[in-house]
Amino acid sequence: MDVVDDFLRDHPADDRLEFLRARFDAGLAWVHFPEGLGGRGWSRDLQQEVDEAFKGTPQLDFGVQAIGLGMAAPTILAFGTEEQKRRFLRPLWTGEEIWCQLFSEPGAGSDLATLATRAVRDGDEWVVDGQKVWTSGAHHARWAILVARTDPDVPKHRGLTYFVCDMHAPGVEVRPLRQITGEAEFNEVFLTGVRLGDDLRLGQVGDGWRVAQTTLMNERVAIGGNPVRRGGGMMGPVLDAWREHPEHRSHDLQQRLLKIWVEAEVTRLSGVRLREQLAVGQPGPEGSGMKLSFAKLNQELSGIEVELNRDLGYDDWSFRRSESVDFFGRGPGYRYLRAKGNSIEGGTSEILRNIVSERVLGLPSEPRVDKDVPWKDLPR
Amino acid sequence: MTLLYSPDEEDLRSAVRDLLKDRCTDVLARVETAQPYDLDLWKTLSREIGVAGLLIPEEYGGAGATPREAGVVLEELGRFVAPVPFFTSSVLATKALLEVGAGELLERLAGGEATAALAVPFSASPYRIPSGTANVAGADVADIVLVVEDGVLYQVPGARVELVSSLDMTRPVGTVSYGSGDKVRLGEVDLPGVLGFGAALLASEQLGVAEWCLQTTLDYVKTRYQFARPVGSFQAIKHRLADLWLDVVRARAAARNAVSELSPIATATAQAWNADVAVHVAEDAVQLHGGIGMTWEHPVHLYLKRAKATQIALGTPGDHREALASLVGLEM
Repeated sequence: MDVVDDFLRDHPADDRLEFLRARFDAGLAWVHFPEGLGGRGWSRDLQQEVDEAFKGTPQLDFGVQAIGLGMAAPTILAFGTEEQKRRFLRPLWTGEEIWCQLFSEPGAGSDLATLATRAVRDGDEWVVDGQKVWTSGAHHARWAILVARTDPDVPKHRGLTYFVCDMHAPGVEVRPLRQITGEAEFNEVFLTGVRLGDDLRLGQVGDGWRVAQTTLMNERVAIGGNPVRRGGGMMGPVLDAWREHPEHRSHDLQQRLLKIWVEAEVTRLSGVRLREQLAVGQPGPEGSGMKLSFAKLNQELSGIEVELNRDLGYDDWSFRRSESVDFFGRGPGYRYLRAKGNSIEGGTSEILRNIVSERVLGLPSEPRVDKDVPWKDLPR
Repeated sequence: MTLLYSPDEEDLRSAVRDLLKDRCTDVLARVETAQPYDLDLWKTLSREIGVAGLLIPEEYGGAGATPREAGVVLEELGRFVAPVPFFTSSVLATKALLEVGAGELLERLAGGEATAALAVPFSASPYRIPSGTANVAGADVADIVLVVEDGVLYQVPGARVELVSSLDMTRPVGTVSYGSGDKVRLGEVDLPGVLGFGAALLASEQLGVAEWCLQTTLDYVKTRYQFARPVGSFQAIKHRLADLWLDVVRARAAARNAVSELSPIATATAQAWNADVAVHVAEDAVQLHGGIGMTWEHPVHLYLKRAKATQIALGTPGDHREALASLVGLEM
């Protein structure tokens, strides 16, 4: 690619950060973004070619930057002011500033819109109080995307507002949350009298639900983003184990593996097809379908892998902090346990089936008892 | 290569679909008559829209199109369970004739003057040498009957076809018989290759069957009321349909990939997936229609029967998975 070749000639990659900043400034970061914001307003499908041309140069750390790149950035691009876009997108992309997501709460999981964290206006500021949970990477994060209740007197979807939360502000407390793998990849985040300037609001007051939909659509595409290579993703370690341990093979495992190999392959092909469709425009609810398949495949494959290894050990139960979100790292036991979260995080598989059936298939919703009731009067 | 449909492919789809919407409305009544095939419809399809010569090169009077276009036609024919011999004549027999370069016969097929059939069991797997001439589809309406003996393709002008009562009433099968002196040698043919090519394209027909079953069921559950609600508003129904939709989405990608690549892996993957998906969606369509789905008057049984028959045709899903084992590093 000529533009990348020209760029690489002028920019030696001695200093990782300087190189990434220059790449952003040249509009070669996310090429479908507008000029001046790391892009060139090109079609999305050119990104792969650009990334290919940058092979061997300093790269982003997707494990740590995933939430910023996959969720915060598209939301800021869609709803942010010019000033917010200029302030946040560059250090987000270069990884100088890490992002996390303050959405779920102990009392608001699948029913996210019922969340109770309050933001009360005080002059040019908002004062935030509440508790968030399932916050991956909060211990690294400089900023968070936050949904809070600004009006408890209207039905739940209408009283929400979307903010950027300063994770260094007084009153933000991050506590590790240990998971079934033994480690703490997630956190609970306590917000006590946290003061956020009104310039950190994303979108209109009361429009938080609509803004959050953009984030969630992108999250499902990010989580459901399938391996482009055949036999990639969670299939890789299973195929390796099959090759390396002929003594562990059985007809039963072979039958099950062949079935799931086919399912993984047709899912991969759908991902390729979906990406072709995404090359123009935004991800639609079809992305929810990919996340559903991805969760099921990861769970089945990682379960088969444990069986195939016939090993009753587990590498390490010690309580430790994860450096990044990693579905594939460590051993088969970790992969098996971590994959259980895939059908819960980013929308449970049950909620995703509701979304598919209502938004894609046009089926009627269940009768709702909470739709027209002010949030403060809902049973909780 | 793209897995999407090109504008030309969508135009072809519209032409076929519009004709079928207009003319393919009485399949249920037709299958119980002496001639389950709609030969008038076939004449229009093959001559006016030119589907009979899609896969035949222009030098023989065909359209010189690719399997991708044939796949689009098969999707539509599957959607209507159209009783026309496109698959047996214009895909399977045509592929065999292309292998031996039988120009004169291909010219007759391309113009829609004649219809052909390959007298190999429709239930044969591409991974084994088939034997016998029972379970043959499309031979009863073929002007040109082809047989394969020891890897050689022959035309058998005096062939007789005895139909049997068939599970798939829209594509009945029968036994082909012919005298030993009654055959014309056409050339050597790679029969497993021909059957594999057919298997790759059959996945598109299975996709069409599955899409009809899903759409018809969706339409039904939105209008069928029980407990003062559309039954499609119950989560037990919605979740099932969401899963079926996801299976069909993946069947579409698999079918497109198979007709674009035609590789052994792409073919086996598409058959292993789509054959089962078509059956599964048809079975669930019967279930989700409740009582009406079990009646003769509702056409869903035609789709169930087509789906079940094509699940076995040209290799079962199990045959295709077995073939994948050595292709993807999962051999015992």
